[in-house]
Amino acid sequence: MREVHTDEITKVVRDLFMDANCNLGEDVLAAFDHAIEKDESPVAREVMKELKENARIAREENSPICQDTGLAVLFIELGQDVHIVGGDFKDAINEGVRQGYMEGYLRKSACDPFSRKNTGDNTPAIIHLEIVPGDKIKIMAVPKGGGAENMSRVNMLTPAVGIEGVKGFVVNRVKESGSNPCPPTVIGVGIGGTFERSALLAKKALLRKIGERNPDPEIAKAEEEVLERINKLGIGPMGYGGNTTSLEVFFEVEPCHIASLPLAVNIQCHASRHKEAVI
Amino acid sequence: MPKQIRLTTPLSTEDVENLNIGDKVFLNGIIYTGRDAAHKRLIDLLNEGKELPFDVQGQIIYYVGPSPAKPGKPIGSAGPTTSYRMDAYTPRLIELGMKGMIGKGNRSPEVIEAMKKYKAVYLGATGGAGALIAKSFKKAEIVAYEDLGPEAIRKLEVENFPVVVINDTKGNDLYVEGAKKYRKE
Repeated sequence: MREVHTDEITKVVRDLFMDANCNLGEDVLAAFDHAIEKDESPVAREVMKELKENARIAREENSPICQDTGLAVLFIELGQDVHIVGGDFKDAINEGVRQGYMEGYLRKSACDPFSRKNTGDNTPAIIHLEIVPGDKIKIMAVPKGGGAENMSRVNMLTPAVGIEGVKGFVVNRVKESGSNPCPPTVIGVGIGGTFERSALLAKKALLRKIGERNPDPEIAKAEEEVLERINKLGIGPMGYGGNTTSLEVFFEVEPCHIASLPLAVNIQCHASRHKEAVI
Repeated sequence: MPKQIRLTTPLSTEDVENLNIGDKVFLNGIIYTGRDAAHKRLIDLLNEGKELPFDVQGQIIYYVGPSPAKPGKPIGSAGPTTSYRMDAYTPRLIELGMKGMIGKGNRSPEVIEAMKKYKAVYLGATGGAGALIAKSFKKAEIVAYEDLGPEAIRKLEVENFPVVVINDTKGNDLYVEGAKKYRKE
């Protein structure tokens, strides 16, 4: 048994949310450069240059890339040989979120669904916990903005529609979302499992780095095909027209019930913020 | 390349009638901020026959909920939020003489119709470019609904705030025309 103190967990969570909100990933920046070079639309190229400049300012001034610094979503892989000491695990995570959003001048966007009263410190965090072998804790922080999340959907398809039906649904979802989710987007697609599992897979897909294909060659081919079809829609950066509507499409696939074909599409804005650390 | 135009608020009917979709506009002067919660309160005031906390005549509302300002800065990151959430409230404000809205994403047919009828424009700011956009904001002051936090109505003094015309006074839509131009197959 390896002991990990809750204070350390709090500090790591705090730092991850500040980092994810202010420092855009290198993979995303490379995708921006590609669009600046390749998009046929002068307006699209202009928007992509603005986004690159925005990322530079955010990094230099340590200010958030976007004012919507998201709800605090975390994927945590907890090694089964870790013994957490010093307090409650969940409290430690929420304290990290509280400190990160307060000290990092990040916007607090969590509120009551009906009264719309803000919780004041961006808690509660949304925690997806998995117990894994080993004595480490891997923490992945995903600040998730509202605009792109609102365009996401879960659908229970009829198995007969097959992979072609899945592809069509994803492309159509991006088409119908149009300019709303801050294109160029990253599309997380969860296929299989149950109703809720598909949504979780779709969100988890967003943790991959741009360019990282699904290990199954058939699924990898489907990802590439869907990305190509999306980028033929013409929506472009910010919806002003162009060939860069999405930067990437990630599929995650798991077995499902013999009667079902669950499909979730989780849309992520161009900032595609996520950072991870291992304790 | 699209046309580039410098404008200072308040805007006249003539100012907005001269704008066409795709034009790049650099805004100067005063603009106001507001999201759904603030819009709901504005419309509630109008329904009660009360005065609004600021005169919307010739003005622009920017749909933004900024992140907190760091010490010494007027505002935190301040990019646009998705506009359709304000659609239910917007036609009433356009009817009262509001000349522009700044946001991102599609508007409802009712909002587009009101822009045509009463002469107003919908302008797009680059979503997710909050750190860059904040550079155009020189001063920020809360004028109403401080309890709404990031959603309070703020009066912003802006200098060359870059926006793009998405819906003009003739009923044209950049989102429709832009996608049509670059769609393949």
